[in-house]
Amino acid sequence: MSGLEVIFIALAVLSAASGLLAVTSPRVVHCALWLVVCLGALAGVYLVLGAEVVALVQLLVYVGAVVVLVIFALMLTRAPIERSDRLDGPPWQRLTASVAGIAVGGILAGTLIYALRGTTVEVRGDQGAARPIGEAVFSGWLLPFELLSVLLLASLVAAIAVSRSRNNDNQEDGQA
Amino acid sequence: MIHLLGPAVLACVLAGIGVYGILARRNAVLVLIGAELLLNAANVLLVAASALPAGGLAGLEQSGLEQSQSYQDPLIPGQVMTIFVITVAAAEIGVGLAVVLLLFRARQTVELTEVRELGEASPNYRETP
Repeated sequence: MSGLEVIFIALAVLSAASGLLAVTSPRVVHCALWLVVCLGALAGVYLVLGAEVVALVQLLVYVGAVVVLVIFALMLTRAPIERSDRLDGPPWQRLTASVAGIAVGGILAGTLIYALRGTTVEVRGDQGAARPIGEAVFSGWLLPFELLSVLLLASLVAAIAVSRSRNNDNQEDGQA
Repeated sequence: MIHLLGPAVLACVLAGIGVYGILARRNAVLVLIGAELLLNAANVLLVAASALPAGGLAGLEQSGLEQSQSYQDPLIPGQVMTIFVITVAAAEIGVGLAVVLLLFRARQTVELTEVRELGEASPNYRETP
């Protein structure tokens, strides 16, 4: 077992454990913070797999932006900071959910383990550097890239349009 | 050298956790956290696949001489796709949280078990939130 594999396994276990805590913790803020740990460990996993740019984008976009959005949403929806047992569904729902989760994970694991069996790959650090990724994005993937920028603009406008408060409509009703 | 089973198993575990989070949670924001974990499972698989030589698993079974040739694969598709997935996830969670905020403003709750009907079918439906 090489040193890379040891680092990979440590990061993978950290990521999986914190992901599990993020979906089971009874405190909402802890969920968001465990999500930070999970996504940060995943950025480490990407580094081990030789994808530097992806790891940086993961840190910037996920850990930086998405988690902040989640925390803002938790604040704005007045989520209870203290321990709450209303975050999860009733026990039968949790049981069904865990059965479904284990089934999905198991089916995926069965397929992938069958397909990959003993595959080992050489991790090449220079493949994930900024230069080859930039060249790839701006040559072969230019059209999807431009489409994505249109998608981002559309979602930005949509988010503003959806969450805009229509105060001038219901000022007379007051806050219901 | 790294064994590809590790990333595959990690992706499976994250996908299972994500599905559990989506189905078991009652708070809408926490459901979105589950969706993020599910998207990250896909990302792990994509990054792991980008470490394969051109031609994927079939390319790996060819001789080692061709591997050094396929080193020049210009598209590095897995990592570019991962960046795209991250972008789509950012767009998705932006719109998703805006919808959750709208839901909170209309119903004063984000508990999905409370929101059993939408629109005019609901007794406490109002034209403007």
